[in-house]
Amino acid sequence: MAKSIKVRAKVKGGTTVVKALISHAMETGLRKNKKTGKKFPAHFIQEVTCSHNGKDVLTADWGTAISKNPYLSFKFKGAKSGDTLKMSWVDNKGESDSVEAKIK
Amino acid sequence: MNTKRRSFIKNSAAAGAFGVAVSAGLITPRAVMAAWPKAAFAATDVDAAITGAFGSSATTESADIALKAPEIAENGAVVPITVTSKIAGTESISLLISKNPTPLTATFKMGEGAEGFVSTRVKMSKTSDLVVVVKANGKLYSAKKEVKVTIGGCGG
Amino acid sequence: MKKVAVIVSALCMLIAPLAGIAANPDQDLKNFRKHFTEKFSSVPLQDFTNGVYSVDKASREQWEAFEDFPPYEIFVDKGNVLFNKAFKNGKTYASCFPKAKKGIKQNYPFFDKKRGEVVTLELAINECRKKNGEKPLKYKKGKMAHLSAYIAYKSRGHKGNVKITSTPESMAWYDRGKKHFYAKRGQLNMSCADCHYYNAGNKIRADILSPALGHTSHFPVYRNKWSLASASGDGMGTLHRRYGGCNKQVRAKPFKAQSKEYRSLEYFHTFMSNGLTMNGPGIRK
Ligand code: HEC
Repeated sequence: MAKSIKVRAKVKGGTTVVKALISHAMETGLRKNKKTGKKFPAHFIQEVTCSHNGKDVLTADWGTAISKNPYLSFKFKGAKSGDTLKMSWVDNKGESDSVEAKIK
Repeated sequence: MNTKRRSFIKNSAAAGAFGVAVSAGLITPRAVMAAWPKAAFAATDVDAAITGAFGSSATTESADIALKAPEIAENGAVVPITVTSKIAGTESISLLISKNPTPLTATFKMGEGAEGFVSTRVKMSKTSDLVVVVKANGKLYSAKKEVKVTIGGCGG
Repeated sequence: MKKVAVIVSALCMLIAPLAGIAANPDQDLKNFRKHFTEKFSSVPLQDFTNGVYSVDKASREQWEAFEDFPPYEIFVDKGNVLFNKAFKNGKTYASCFPKAKKGIKQNYPFFDKKRGEVVTLELAINECRKKNGEKPLKYKKGKMAHLSAYIAYKSRGHKGNVKITSTPESMAWYDRGKKHFYAKRGQLNMSCADCHYYNAGNKIRADILSPALGHTSHFPVYRNKWSLASASGDGMGTLHRRYGGCNKQVRAKPFKAQSKEYRSLEYFHTFMSNGLTMNGPGIRK
């Protein structure tokens, strides 16, 4: 089965550019169900962690205003081609996922 | 989506099982310390949100923060944003959207080797200022830009 | 316009068999293309596949940011899984679409002489399911759109190659589609052509109208708008879902997905973009 996280990481001139796409509904808790008039409960990613060689290179706290199917890109130094990058998320319902990707 | 349910996180607060999870190595102590800043995310204005996140809302405007965002968002639900901070020692980059019901959108914390750069996509309920707060060497710096959100009435 | 189109196509129907020339889809295509390449002389022909972004610089930058890591990739992956998953009888979609991995979308829709009707990719997907004892999928979104997205993705780079067979029957399908495109309809009394041919590049409320040239090359499409309406954030939709939306915009009653009417429209509409490079799936607002 497909993972919820897709990661692309590439080193160029010593800097690794990481791009990630996460499949997640990111419900704000404010959107109404047109049929019932009730609000869809909030359901959103709260924490994202990205690590390389066991060290966190980026951690993030998110609220509900990150778009559906979130996109995230950042850069860091110190990795080389072939290294493994680990990324994970946890949402407000305690659901989570993680993935490992090879740096190109 | 193959979501593994880590239900123990949800249950832990109520059941007091947190310590058990930690000692079992399921949750790293770092994750426990860096709790999600609930009050900051619940704040309904920008200053309160910054105070909630950093303990103070005093920021200095900085030309070393480059903020790339559209003048007019094609769709307020998905506004692409890129922030580059040239401030030495950038520790974190926070995004706030002034007119959203709760302005604090995200805080990105730079770990080892991370540059002062982040790109993402955000939701904007209406035309507002996009405010960026950078924390560096214990100080807060900021930059802002207005993004217009038009309501796409005729998109099928 | 409606009258003109009807008369012209009626004439063509008469002349075609006599003169041995087609009811002139090839000439239609030339004129259609010329209209846009002259109107937007700075836009390279192949760039029309990018829809409204070929003519609107301001929104193009945002779209390019989305294309950097587009959410439709999630659904191409889902389509890939579905495509390769065995049916109950052990076969897969590959038994119906042996060349899918090399690209087949450029050849759809086509006129099936034996059956005397136009076959779209989505119709063929459901026929494949039926043949293998599986229940049909809904045509506008969900799994159908994911499968279609996967096949479109594998077809990237091929040039649109819809063939208009010149039999009276196939020409009738083509003409029905062409008529739909130019016919005014709905309470607003507007045709597809009013918006996407004569007014391409102009603003209508908060939207800039895309040129109809290149309209079909990137389908199915992930719309941010559709993703918002979906609990799971699935914004994928097929061309016929889009047609329905555009009919509704002028307060006309939409036709059913895969109806004869929409398949005819797709036949004409897609033929007009022949020679343009397939770039599906796409992302739009
Ligand atoms: C009242 C004006 C109007 C009419 C009439 C109309 N549309 Fe549209 N259509 C739009 C708008 C606005 C959009 C969204 C912006 C854009 O891409 O043009 C759109 C989008 C589309 C798209 C998606 C383009 C893309 O790049 O993804 C297709 C395809 C389309 N229309 C086809 C049609 C067809 C076929 C008809 C006739 C049945 C039609 N439209 C009638 C206004 C109209």
